[in-house]
Amino acid sequence: MSNSLLVTDERMASISTVTRILRRPEIGALLGAIVIFLMFTAVDTTGIFASLTGLARWSDVAATVGIVAVPVALLMIAGEFDLSAGVMVGSSGLFAGLLISNWHWNMWPAIAATLVFAAAIGFINGWLVMVTGLPSFIVTLAMFFSLRGINLGLTKVITDTVRVADIDEAPGYDLARSVFASEIIEPYDYKVAVIWWIAVTALATWVLTRTQFGNWIYAVGGDKVAARNTGVPVRRTKITLFMCTSMSAALVGVITLTRLRSMQAGQGVGEEFTFIIAAVVGGCLLTGGYGSAIGASIGAAIIGMAFIGIAYAGWNTDWTWLFLGLILFLAVLVNTFIGRRASGARK
Amino acid sequence: MTTQGNESGTTTALELRHVSKFFGSVIALQDISLSVEPGMVTCVLGDNGAGKSTLIKILSGVYSPSEGEVLLNGEAVTFSSPREALDSGIATVYQDLATIPLMSVWRNFFLGNEPRKGFPPFRYLDRAYAKEVCRTELLDMGIDIRDPEQPVGTLSGGERQAVAIARAVHFGANVLILDEPTSALGVKASGVVLKYVLQARDRGVAVVFITHNPHHAFLVGDRFYLLNRGQMMETFERGAVTREQLVQAMAGGAELEVLEHELESITRQ
Repeated sequence: MSNSLLVTDERMASISTVTRILRRPEIGALLGAIVIFLMFTAVDTTGIFASLTGLARWSDVAATVGIVAVPVALLMIAGEFDLSAGVMVGSSGLFAGLLISNWHWNMWPAIAATLVFAAAIGFINGWLVMVTGLPSFIVTLAMFFSLRGINLGLTKVITDTVRVADIDEAPGYDLARSVFASEIIEPYDYKVAVIWWIAVTALATWVLTRTQFGNWIYAVGGDKVAARNTGVPVRRTKITLFMCTSMSAALVGVITLTRLRSMQAGQGVGEEFTFIIAAVVGGCLLTGGYGSAIGASIGAAIIGMAFIGIAYAGWNTDWTWLFLGLILFLAVLVNTFIGRRASGARK
Repeated sequence: MTTQGNESGTTTALELRHVSKFFGSVIALQDISLSVEPGMVTCVLGDNGAGKSTLIKILSGVYSPSEGEVLLNGEAVTFSSPREALDSGIATVYQDLATIPLMSVWRNFFLGNEPRKGFPPFRYLDRAYAKEVCRTELLDMGIDIRDPEQPVGTLSGGERQAVAIARAVHFGANVLILDEPTSALGVKASGVVLKYVLQARDRGVAVVFITHNPHHAFLVGDRFYLLNRGQMMETFERGAVTREQLVQAMAGGAELEVLEHELESITRQ
């Protein structure tokens, strides 16, 4: 025994602090974010990208991505995808909007009902994945197209247009606006959505690293069978995460609805991949079991910087998508390389 | 011949009575009866396809039997999930599905039984306690993990088995089911795992040791059940059987003798 204790010290020393830091899933994204920030600062033609005003602009874009990307990352760590998260932003906004403008609900009960609606959609996603055993990629893709059709179809049937409007006439709107869509900190005008983003990230990080549920998230994504064998409720864990993803999309839906005072039936379509890009750039493994909430938020920040930075550089914003494509590829390449190096854990 | 499990007076921890399991037209197990006592190592021996896996899954609550009963401490029970079996004190350590490679040692050790502080819904993991207990418990079993934060995937096969066994014993398993714990291990590592088996037994745990290796079984077993093609072939008690008899019964006698002679002539050269 004393022999092995001696060996302990020897082996402990062989893992350096650098490797410890490199082992963190979000390290690649963090380095990438710094490089991208410096790059857009260098090509900035307006002179405000690196200022607090510039931060207010890109953090707004990042917030609406990050609020959903963080739960999407948790779901990805648990080994599942949610491709319906983007369209859920539109569905929940329309749901709340119709309750308010067409059936004259007060703003707050409408928001509460929307969250319940989103939780139900998330439950259906999760339940179908668990019961059928089909890949979540397929189940949520089906949900994505179904909701996309319902959004357009129902909105047309009910309002004769493809949008829901006049939200600001509802009782309770002013308070809802101050909670979900106001500006803070003069004169930079940060959007309050940024606070929601930070809150979601902090909560998700706490849950993931400090709670029992977080342990279960890693376990069900790392090895579903082993997790079940040790008594982790796999089905409950995954369904809860599907519900969280859906409800976070509803939060963005409510933010968008109160901000624009109306909702287009096509809102949110295409966003689902932006969320997944943020999560993957942030270091989540597509195969599950590995990743972090902060990483997904850094991924969202990179996306926000790309959208604003390219506009500030005076380039055509169409190039944003090419940029995101390259970032995605590079990030996964770097993460894989770092991951392989760190999991070897020799130096 | 194996239905009476209680003749020695000790309480039977786990008992199967005339259990069968069918999958469609496939008969995986037929009329299996066995009993498992505290502080004893019960070995279930069988070759590939003998029905060991199905038997484990019935004992650990993954499957419920098509026919027959499972008795826990003398009472008939039906488990609808491994969680229920676990809550009743039946822990199972699977051959290669016991731990999650990407997760740290302490997270694996406490998986499903995480120690928590605080009040609901703000309860959080007691990380310092978890790491400390994990380290000392493993040291008790003679495994020195370098760092509780290190991923289980970086441990050796024997160490991973040991983590899983130490975990089950720590969480007060009354019945510990080990699925082929030594099959993927070298001689030395197997010896270490067998030592943990005896340590668990000495703590009063009823150990079910499932293996296809009669030599390993003979070293630690108190009772031996022989399973073949889904049926219980023979039962031996410790002291009433020699290692050779066990090996022969397991392999079907004459066939193995021939093989043994052939192998011996090769090794002598």
